[in-house]
Amino acid sequence: MPKLKINGMLIEVEKGTSVLQAAEMLGVEIPRFCYHDKLSVPANCRMCLVELKNAPKPVASCAIEAGEGMDITTNSEMIQKARKGVMEMMLINHPLDCPICDQGGECDLQDQSYGYGFDRSRYQETKRAVKDKDIGPLIKTVMTRCIQCTRCIRFGEEIAGTADLGLLNRGEDVEIGTFVEKAVSSELSGNMIDICPVGALTSKPYAFTARPWELKKTETIDVHDAVGSNIRVDTKGGEVMRILPRLHEGVNEEWISDKTRFAYDGLKKNRLDVPYVRSKTTGKLEKAKWSEALTSVAEAMRATSPDKIAAFSGDLADVDSVVALKDLMISLGSPHIECRTDGMRIDPSTRAGYIFNSGIAGIEEADSLLLIGTNPKMEAALVNARIRKTWLNKRLPISLIGEPVDLPYPYEHLGTTAQDIEKYTVKDSQKPMIIVGDQIFSRTDALALHAVCRDLAEKIGCIQDDWNGFNVLHRHAGRVGALDVGFVSAAPIKTEEMDVVYLLNSDEENIINNCNKNAFVIYQGHHGDLGAHRADVILPAATYTEKNALYVNTEGRVQMTRQAVFPVGEAKEDWKIIRALSEELGKTLPYNSLLALRARITEEWAHFAEIDVCPQEEWGQFGVTGVLLKSGFKNTIDHYYMTNVICRASKTMRACVDKFYPKKTKTKIKKAA
Amino acid sequence: MKPKFEPNADYQPKDFSFKSQKKVKDILANYPSNQARSGIMPLLDLAQRQEGWISRVAMDCIAEAVGQPPIKVYEVATFYTMYNLAPVGKYLVQLCTTTPCWLCGSAAIIEAVETHLEIKVGESTKDGLFTLLEVECLGACVNAPMVQINDNYYEDLTAESIVSILTALAAGKKPSIGSQTKRVGSMALSGPTSLEKQAKKAGVGS
Ligand code: SF4
Ligand code: FES
Ligand code: FES
Repeated sequence: MPKLKINGMLIEVEKGTSVLQAAEMLGVEIPRFCYHDKLSVPANCRMCLVELKNAPKPVASCAIEAGEGMDITTNSEMIQKARKGVMEMMLINHPLDCPICDQGGECDLQDQSYGYGFDRSRYQETKRAVKDKDIGPLIKTVMTRCIQCTRCIRFGEEIAGTADLGLLNRGEDVEIGTFVEKAVSSELSGNMIDICPVGALTSKPYAFTARPWELKKTETIDVHDAVGSNIRVDTKGGEVMRILPRLHEGVNEEWISDKTRFAYDGLKKNRLDVPYVRSKTTGKLEKAKWSEALTSVAEAMRATSPDKIAAFSGDLADVDSVVALKDLMISLGSPHIECRTDGMRIDPSTRAGYIFNSGIAGIEEADSLLLIGTNPKMEAALVNARIRKTWLNKRLPISLIGEPVDLPYPYEHLGTTAQDIEKYTVKDSQKPMIIVGDQIFSRTDALALHAVCRDLAEKIGCIQDDWNGFNVLHRHAGRVGALDVGFVSAAPIKTEEMDVVYLLNSDEENIINNCNKNAFVIYQGHHGDLGAHRADVILPAATYTEKNALYVNTEGRVQMTRQAVFPVGEAKEDWKIIRALSEELGKTLPYNSLLALRARITEEWAHFAEIDVCPQEEWGQFGVTGVLLKSGFKNTIDHYYMTNVICRASKTMRACVDKFYPKKTKTKIKKAA
Repeated sequence: MKPKFEPNADYQPKDFSFKSQKKVKDILANYPSNQARSGIMPLLDLAQRQEGWISRVAMDCIAEAVGQPPIKVYEVATFYTMYNLAPVGKYLVQLCTTTPCWLCGSAAIIEAVETHLEIKVGESTKDGLFTLLEVECLGACVNAPMVQINDNYYEDLTAESIVSILTALAAGKKPSIGSQTKRVGSMALSGPTSLEKQAKKAGVGS
């Protein structure tokens, strides 16, 4: 391990560390533009110059490896001059239009020119101008501001796996472009906005809506998929202005998917802001007071025998409200509760059987990978990015059983049926991994499939003392948590026979269409979508940005959302609504505050006390050996941008569908009744 | 300056294929299969030799041959100035006007060409035979002024000799290449000033 001196301070670093990284460890700041921790090092901006003793000229610290006995100076006069020079060159062709630039206030170029540049320009000649590029509905480009650091190109190539951008022409004519004016199509494209150190790539939906210093920042998590990406919600005056990623090496590193980032305008559209009750006379939904709505729900429930009442929790339901609803249903005496609203029959008896055991970061340890019935690109773009990263690092063999899909790494397609799973073998793999898409368990042979996957995991060595490579990839943020707290019924619920149906954030077509015509349907949720459309009573609730709630991601990691803004109108936090209803029913739930509810939850399920821990679950029995269907697996998500009520209300997501799926834009956005 | 790459221009053809698949194979065989992208430059050259210039479809075709996204080929093609990214005449006349050539009278050469072909720098003749470009030093300053026409250099030009070269080319003849004044070994006009013995032995100079 080389020892070197930086500004007179001695440090010993791992071999392969760059001088810039070593300096960072010492807290010595080195300005940079092109260098980014997660990307390759092109060393083209020259901002990171440092003085190396006995070297004839300054060296680029990002690209030079720390060597034994190096003596580095970062604050000499020579370096200050060098930085000034680089800064000056960089600004020669930069428009200096900070007052009308959205990056202003959080711009590397602005900050570094303030810190290291001249306070005036000596450049008299005309500046060059570069034509802006149209690269889709998400990213706004002002290419004259580009400093050609090539981070965006490297991001596309290395992380997203879609090489759409390139550096064209040369010298003064050089520009970033797609040439063929092609929209940058990647589920991760929004991250280019974050990594662009200047205002060349900015967010189109956010354009000119706020300045960074006016924003209130709330650190929370995302619920658009089961990854549970760590995000920061920026708000102004009670409105969500934008969503940015937060660094979490275990989950999302520093990326988020486009849905997470851009669907926030859906939080403001099509919202249920007051309770509605369907009028007995007109048959139409009419605005009501909370007390009226709750009374009519309570009346309907009281008038119905418990075994005719069912409750479903949907994709976005949080653990707190699911537990409250479960407690309420138990006190009513109804056994009909279900979170697997897509008809999924995965066996929830062993936790290791339905979570992503290795953890998302664990993918990087795997040395072979089998994907079963999943399209990670659509279902969990960040899991997909991890797979790609791993593939880039060690070219592990990847196979797929299921519908063939377009993935940013090569894979061997081994078939589409359950029978192909049994045939799978892998050679010389110390840490084999299987990723099973949760959607395959929506088939009637779910339990048998579960058992087959389990057997395969054992057969190929996924289960070792310090390695569990059996992973289930969920699509919905609400699912794992609800499975954890046992919001399931032993046998499928006969929805059509139910007289009262309680939909907690549940907008699944198959449930709603199965409801009896005369059934009394209660919809608790935040958007006027399918569920609200069918409902007899609507109880308006809070979205994930409006409540403090527990969610469990596909890894089984318990995380918490934090309230960034208040619920719209009269909407309330979900668990409170259920608590109020229980009081109305005369079966008051024994908790009066979120703390008391959390205490109730952790008492029964201890793992909810451990926030943000990737669990190590015991392996066990699950699934039931049985007959497997012969038909092939199908992927359910064909519109990445339209997977839940929030995205469906989002104009930005709609624009993406129009742009990226021009042919099949048939998904209708149903209006609230 | 050469015209820039305009991927959506009207002149872009709809399709392209290499006439000789064997040549493509031979080029790719020079590189290990996981380094096929190294073949981009020779393939661009092959395409240019076939068509005289490189169209967007040709680049897409090359991208496919080397298993890279098209943008990677565009990047390379637009970086190097010797690739023609827009149609050019049968003869690409690249006249050097950098300082040594200019000192030796390149301005008069340009003028002679412009009058003879009735085009300006950057234009092509109507019959599609000639395209005239002004370029920077081509490394033959010793025999300035000079011009490169397709793969050949013509040096020690005068207004008359360049016109006769162009006339000969237009007539389908092959004018002699290199020094038009029959200067040998790029020696000084007044005869050899060094290596005199060797010059004598070779029978040149005095
Ligand atoms: S657009 Fe931004 S990220 Fe891309 S090269 Fe230019 S400055 Fe860098
Ligand atoms: S950060 Fe080192 S050269 Fe750009
Ligand atoms: S200056 Fe004309 S060839 Fe060098």
